Amino acid sequence: MSKLIFEQSRQGRSAAAQCPHTASYSPSIPSHLLRQDTPLLPEVSELQVVRHYTHLSQQNFSIDTHFYPLGSCTMKYNPRGVHRLAALEGFLKRHPLSLDEASQGFMACAYELQELLKEVTGMKAVSLTPMAGAQGEFAGVAMIRAYHASRQDMLRDEMLVPDAAHGTNPATAAQCGYRVREVSTDSNGNVAIEALRAAVGPHTAGIMLTNPSTLGVFEQHIQEIADIVHEAGGLLYYDGANLNAILGKVLPSQMGFDVMHMNLHKTFATPHGGGGPGGGPVAVNDRLIPFLPIPRVTKRGDTYHWLTAEDCPHSIGRLSAFMGNAGILLRAYMYARLLGKEGMQRVAEFATLNANYLLARLKQAGFTLAYPNRRATHEFIVTLKNEAKTLTIHALDVAKRLLDYHMHAPTMYFPLLVPECLLIEPTETECKETLDAFVDAMVQIIEEARHHPTLLKDAPHHLPVRRLDEVKAARELNLVYRAKFNDDVS
Amino acid sequence: MPFIPHTEQDIKEMLAVIGETSIEALFDEIDDHLKIKKPLSLPPQLTEMELSRFMQERAQKDLAGLCYIGAGAYEHHIPAAVFDIASRGEWMTAYTPYQAEASQGTLQLLFEYQTMMSSLMSLDSSNASLYDGASALAEAILMAVRLSKQNQLSRIFIPRTVHPHYRDVVRAITQQQGIELVEVPYDVKTGQISVTELKTLAKEGMTALVIPQPNFFGILEEVDLLTDWAHAAKAKVIAVVNPMAMALLKPPGQWGTMGADIACGEGQPLGVPLASGGPYYGFLCCKQEWIRQLPGRVVGRTIDLSGKPGFVLTLQAREQHIRRAKATSNICTNQGWLVTASVIYMSLLGPNGLRQAALTSHHHTSLLRESLATIKGVRIPFQAPFFHELVVQFDLPVDVVLTELMRYHIQAGFNLRKTYPELGEALLICVTETKSPDDLQVLAKSLCDVLKKCVAVVSAADHSGSQ
Amino acid sequence: MNSVPKALKYSKTHEWVREEEDLITVGITDHAQCMLGDLVYIELPDIEVTLEAGQECAVVESVKAAADIYSPISGEVVEINESLLDNPQLVNEDPYGKGWLFRLRPFENDLAGLLSADAYSKQVASEAH
Repeated sequence: MSKLIFEQSRQGRSAAAQCPHTASYSPSIPSHLLRQDTPLLPEVSELQVVRHYTHLSQQNFSIDTHFYPLGSCTMKYNPRGVHRLAALEGFLKRHPLSLDEASQGFMACAYELQELLKEVTGMKAVSLTPMAGAQGEFAGVAMIRAYHASRQDMLRDEMLVPDAAHGTNPATAAQCGYRVREVSTDSNGNVAIEALRAAVGPHTAGIMLTNPSTLGVFEQHIQEIADIVHEAGGLLYYDGANLNAILGKVLPSQMGFDVMHMNLHKTFATPHGGGGPGGGPVAVNDRLIPFLPIPRVTKRGDTYHWLTAEDCPHSIGRLSAFMGNAGILLRAYMYARLLGKEGMQRVAEFATLNANYLLARLKQAGFTLAYPNRRATHEFIVTLKNEAKTLTIHALDVAKRLLDYHMHAPTMYFPLLVPECLLIEPTETECKETLDAFVDAMVQIIEEARHHPTLLKDAPHHLPVRRLDEVKAARELNLVYRAKFNDDVS
Repeated sequence: MPFIPHTEQDIKEMLAVIGETSIEALFDEIDDHLKIKKPLSLPPQLTEMELSRFMQERAQKDLAGLCYIGAGAYEHHIPAAVFDIASRGEWMTAYTPYQAEASQGTLQLLFEYQTMMSSLMSLDSSNASLYDGASALAEAILMAVRLSKQNQLSRIFIPRTVHPHYRDVVRAITQQQGIELVEVPYDVKTGQISVTELKTLAKEGMTALVIPQPNFFGILEEVDLLTDWAHAAKAKVIAVVNPMAMALLKPPGQWGTMGADIACGEGQPLGVPLASGGPYYGFLCCKQEWIRQLPGRVVGRTIDLSGKPGFVLTLQAREQHIRRAKATSNICTNQGWLVTASVIYMSLLGPNGLRQAALTSHHHTSLLRESLATIKGVRIPFQAPFFHELVVQFDLPVDVVLTELMRYHIQAGFNLRKTYPELGEALLICVTETKSPDDLQVLAKSLCDVLKKCVAVVSAADHSGSQ
Repeated sequence: MNSVPKALKYSKTHEWVREEEDLITVGITDHAQCMLGDLVYIELPDIEVTLEAGQECAVVESVKAAADIYSPISGEVVEINESLLDNPQLVNEDPYGKGWLFRLRPFENDLAGLLSADAYSKQVASEAH
């Protein structure tokens, strides 16, 4: 590791150009409310800061530097132009509580984004405020709850979730006060219809579904599922994590969904930022419009206005202090404008072409597919269960070795249903040569597993650190720098 | 096609490998009637050049002069290096550091962040960020409820001096779990939490007390007294604070005898632009003993195979991808990129620079307070220590005053009419280090002009306007 | 092959039970610790708490998984293995000995609902397929 910024600190040093000239002021605040000690922030020069964080950045894999086929995360190219334009002074300086007359530029973009998202989902209204997919899920499930409550339908206390679902689905349902009931999956990766029939009833508030599912296949019984759940009085929630697979091809509304979220940082190419920010707008059909979270933007004549609590008395309320991740909304809006009508229809097509090409090539190279009878959607699963038996290597070892080949590993060990799995999502923005190089690397790694298994077991070898001890990290928690304590370790 | 690299030749070769003749065939598992038949009604493709011109026109509309609005989002100077470095692709286009060995940059930065933020709060631990200040407060409350599971009761005291939008968010998120929120009134003379009312309300039990510092009015609360009182009543103390102010003010971990249990708030003042309200980031810190109930990602230091130090995500068994329905929170994606900017900002300012930025903001607010106090028709209702915001009252409608000041290219503050109607025509004004003493004189003079003019216009009414 | 001592009784959810005069000791099986991997944290019930048979009462965590522990019978918790709080690896190293979780004073001395070692081994074998 690099020296911590604190270890570069020298008392009395500063990036002086950044300090206001106020040494002589004394605060008009009673001393018992003032801080007496000095917080542990580094005392370093501006150059030291720039060099340290430039250097640290170089220890990351990223889309800009590496192929990043992380399944379910849609790591596609994030257009630079969009990033630069979101930082125009008018956008950066606009205070979230500025008056409407000083906000028409931003509000126009937000309004048009709402309209665009309605069009690509087939839904009737959109709220942009959720700040990531999980918060979009929260909004959606809270709306389902509010809907049932508005009909005095108070018995519904169960949310159905397929066993292959993202962990956020059951966690969200629980956070909304629902009991979670899991529904099993059949051998083709579809929801087991009989299990679903057995699970629904007067307690069913709804079902949360991803389609294509986390197993990388399109849910073929989607309409039957919609009918079963609707007949039982429940609503259908669409987890838009995999929207990239159907963008421009299939409308979630057409599949029978009542409410959904989108992940702008996946489908609409906003940067993932080392863990965030995301954007998780929610879209609904007619019956859920009154419950959408606020604020939303509306247009009257030529001007844009906020819809707030007074306009939407049944809203589930506010989910962020202001307007969610506004800068992400701007980026997603601009991405949609760069794609336009023509480009939007191509997203799913080329994401699917790339995934099926990669699937076909890996299959030809001898890898085992989790669902060999199914098409890939925008992603697919390879299982290394055979290699685990014959070569005693694990998905983890292959993933770590891929890093040595300068490729980010696919998602591993998710979904939990498939043993030793790698969930691979190339996205539409990768060219054929990159996909070919990935196949070559995978083939080479299996070859290494036959002859030099330690190359995998001890991988990675060519990164700033070798394989890290997660067990030690969890048993001996060391979460902040303390001068003395940490010197013993290094 | 934008961002799609495929040539006709590529497509042909790839389809041949798959064994199909058209891309459409790859969708044959989807029922035909589910597919979109008619073209989507979307605007046509723009080139980057066309988009630039279009967006510049839009951004231009939102340039509205000097901004004195605070109310939870604060304009501070952001050194050029902050976003020059944070916008490097290696920071911006990486994802959650699941593959630790390929993410040491992000992980080390987050470890440095956890250190800086917990030290700023004077608490033991910090997570790696939540969405924003308001949702962080909601998570802090859910955390306090989990920590108090033994007492059947979930009664959270949240003063009216907490940001009204934060209270809205807390309500939206916690009402799903049947948590009772008790609003505590404020003292009309000081703008601080009313201790008398608090004591009366607490007789029926209290799980946790939320203490803002500074509060929404910019006023400082008597944090030592409140913390000790809440702990004596066996309640947890949740601090919701402006992190920049903590370079100057007593931090939550040092409040009263025991210190606050949890501290949370909005990270935006530390190097994140106003940008229409986001993306910002929420922070959440706690005492070590509560760490198992902390939601969100946490980074820990460990060693690699050869004994070299390195960093990993840790304590993951609390999180949704493992614990599913029993996770501490459903949060997955957080606000990592803003934390990156914030760490660079805090490193550039250092302990002294951050204190000076806070102190200058406070000092300039004092200057403005003095000069506004002399203007006829302006009243300052709260007499108590403050940080960098102040409430002023007018005899004239605030919305008229605000609209008039826009002509002087001044956004004078946040109108309190809707959220605190009992304060009458009241405005919340914020001053940071970005406003020079000259700017403040311009504001005072413009306000003077506007008030005179408006009094003349609204002459039908009788305005005493006495101070 | 993981060990399954004959002298103990087992639950379907992978807890073991040892009878000791008027108390019973509870832990997790060798198979369970093996499936979970290196344990990093264990949350135990409070002493004097009463448990129903089948009630969730403890949590064991590894870096990639977390599992709930269910009380195999009903009773009152009289002792917990505090050494696990700092040394969760004892469960991995010695699941039937130093890695015990808690002791119960059972309400009824009835272990009939539990599995024998043979029955438990069969269940584990069938889960593998």
